[in-house]
Amino acid sequence: MIKGDKILNGKWILSGGKIYDPFKEKYIEGNILISDGKFEKIVNQNYKDKDVNIFDCEGKIITHPFIDLHAHFREPGREDKETIESGCLSALYGGYTTICLMPNTEPPVDTPELIKFIIDKSKEYPVDILPIGAITKGQSGKELTEIGLMVKEGALAISDDGIPVEDSRIMRYALEYSKMFGIPVINHAEDVFLRSGAVMNESIESTKLGLPGSPPITESIMVSRDLMINKYVKSRMHVPHISSKESVELVRKYRETSDEVTSEVTPHHIYFNDESLSTFNSNLKVAPPIRSEEHRKALIDGLADGTIDCIATDHAPHNIEEKESDFMHSSCGMIGLETAFSSSYTALSKEKFSIEKIISFFTLGPSKVMNIKKEFLSPGKQVEVVIIDLNKEWKVTTDDFKSKSRNSGFIGHKLKSKVTSTIYGKDCFINQ
Amino acid sequence: MLSNKHFISLKDTPKEDIMKLIETGLSFREVLERPVKKVPTLSGKNILNLFFENSTRTKMSFELAEKRLSADVTNFSASSSSLNKGETFRDTVQNIQVMKIDCIVMRHPSPGSSLQLTNFVDSIIVNGGDGCHEHPTQAMLDVMSLYEKFETFKNLKVAIIGDILHSRVALSNIYALKTLGVEVTLCGPPHLIPIGIQDLGVDINYNVDEVLEWADAINVLRIQRERMGIGLIPSVREYREVFGITSKRIENLKKEIVIMHPGPINRGVELDGDVADSDNSIILNQVLNGVAMRMSILYHLLSEGDTIND
Repeated sequence: MIKGDKILNGKWILSGGKIYDPFKEKYIEGNILISDGKFEKIVNQNYKDKDVNIFDCEGKIITHPFIDLHAHFREPGREDKETIESGCLSALYGGYTTICLMPNTEPPVDTPELIKFIIDKSKEYPVDILPIGAITKGQSGKELTEIGLMVKEGALAISDDGIPVEDSRIMRYALEYSKMFGIPVINHAEDVFLRSGAVMNESIESTKLGLPGSPPITESIMVSRDLMINKYVKSRMHVPHISSKESVELVRKYRETSDEVTSEVTPHHIYFNDESLSTFNSNLKVAPPIRSEEHRKALIDGLADGTIDCIATDHAPHNIEEKESDFMHSSCGMIGLETAFSSSYTALSKEKFSIEKIISFFTLGPSKVMNIKKEFLSPGKQVEVVIIDLNKEWKVTTDDFKSKSRNSGFIGHKLKSKVTSTIYGKDCFINQ
Repeated sequence: MLSNKHFISLKDTPKEDIMKLIETGLSFREVLERPVKKVPTLSGKNILNLFFENSTRTKMSFELAEKRLSADVTNFSASSSSLNKGETFRDTVQNIQVMKIDCIVMRHPSPGSSLQLTNFVDSIIVNGGDGCHEHPTQAMLDVMSLYEKFETFKNLKVAIIGDILHSRVALSNIYALKTLGVEVTLCGPPHLIPIGIQDLGVDINYNVDEVLEWADAINVLRIQRERMGIGLIPSVREYREVFGITSKRIENLKKEIVIMHPGPINRGVELDGDVADSDNSIILNQVLNGVAMRMSILYHLLSEGDTIND
């Protein structure tokens, strides 16, 4: 059971914050009045009621909580790393109330029954969990899953994330078949032959570290193939965790003539570059790898011009044993839900992105990509808001996480802005 | 005092440290020529040779160096496969930590493992080779051997020839040689020269004959047999034809050239046997200097202040 740090029984006013509706892209004047966890109305500054409690939001931004298109909770199979419950907690403290879950659990979510398992399991939590089904049975890349039945149970996309669909014929069938369900196909794009045993980006940095590197074209070769197939069969695809300049250029070019491709980038790919790996910090070992500054800049340009629609965490919990093994053998991935907004804000505010634009990468952007219907503050419905302090700076420590895992590359980094509270109905989650 | 507590990488090792180590190394070289080749310098210190990968020669060289400094030596060999069987690196080293070891010499197949070890234990760490990353003690014995031969690094031109990509010797050598102001050219199959390495201030030339004309000394790297048959090197005869340091190539040179090799040599592949055994070769000096240099490194890390001849 997940319970807020504070339960907002009765009437509450969120007082003093700037309210921003990211779906209508406008500010709302006044204060939010909540009654027993439901949004009642917007009231003006002078509103007085003796029964009302004050929730001080002075100097903060109040907006819709975030939507993550790409998270890995490890249930079923590796509950030692993350359960749906611990993942939801991690999400709530990071400002998220909607999470799309990747299917690479043990076993992978590749049947309607497993989609139902995820949905049933998460019903009681104050987070909307939206499962993504596997493209192929057992994520083996060989045979399509029961996509129609999974969609019927609630799958909102398909992906073999973690493993690329190598076989172009299967990729074609996946894109072509899923067309009739109106869902995007998300392929983890890496040419496995070109990647071979690589553990980081190939550049002068991999040369200096003596680590086998994966060239940036490892990704763009497969993105290029997928775009061509997508165009050929007129389907809908989404490029996850885009990491290279070449991939951004391909997606940009494709989007000149088609709306049928979208893309996401992770906070770590826009915050770090491969020079950050110089101390062999295995928490920065991720797939696709963190690339050089030139690529990081291209990702930021991609966000600026709309080639990249949104920021998605690729939250990938691993236990300390797997991460503390030597760099070659440590697992790929880092957790991200609790640092996503702050790290992205830190990286993007430097590049002159407006706060509204940054919020859109966490709200409007992902809702459009996955066609998730969201409304900010509808009267009589459960209130869902996130409260952000843009002026707060904080240093990430291992104690900061609600996730069961601690594999964050941001530990030790000083980040700008902090999600101070997330409210879902009566439950209020407060970051100290 | 050296500028760092550990000896892990030559990337940022200052010139003063390198020269100090060479000078001490040359003094130890004299000790090794004595009838009694032992000094009590590290008496009472314990050193662990922690080898996660087979390396008979490096291990022997370290062990001799340690014993000639009168240190107490313990050897621990673990196959790298035991690391894959779920035994974490941390478990292994924590066991060692509680035994209060003064210094650990580690050979490990994973780049960065020596640096990582410094996070887990308090001992002084010497990198005995970490995967394809660095092998700083080898590079130090290489520069010591060059200094012994040329007596200066001024205007010196050194070529490193072979599989640079999979070599831990190359990177450490490049760092040390560039710090010493030596000109360095790399020569080998293009796909075995790592991306961006020119940024370290080295030149690349794929023509081995041109490189031999240019260089005062060449460091010939071992071509590992396991690189063949996986598409990296087509065949021994092709490699020998294009990059092999053959007797014919050396005979055709109209000048002296110093031949080095970190060993073990594949005779007739990267280096012809008679070239390896010729007067041009300082390969056996390198082996002896290996012991002297490792004595020098351990002396500076573990016993600053005592004199060598005590």
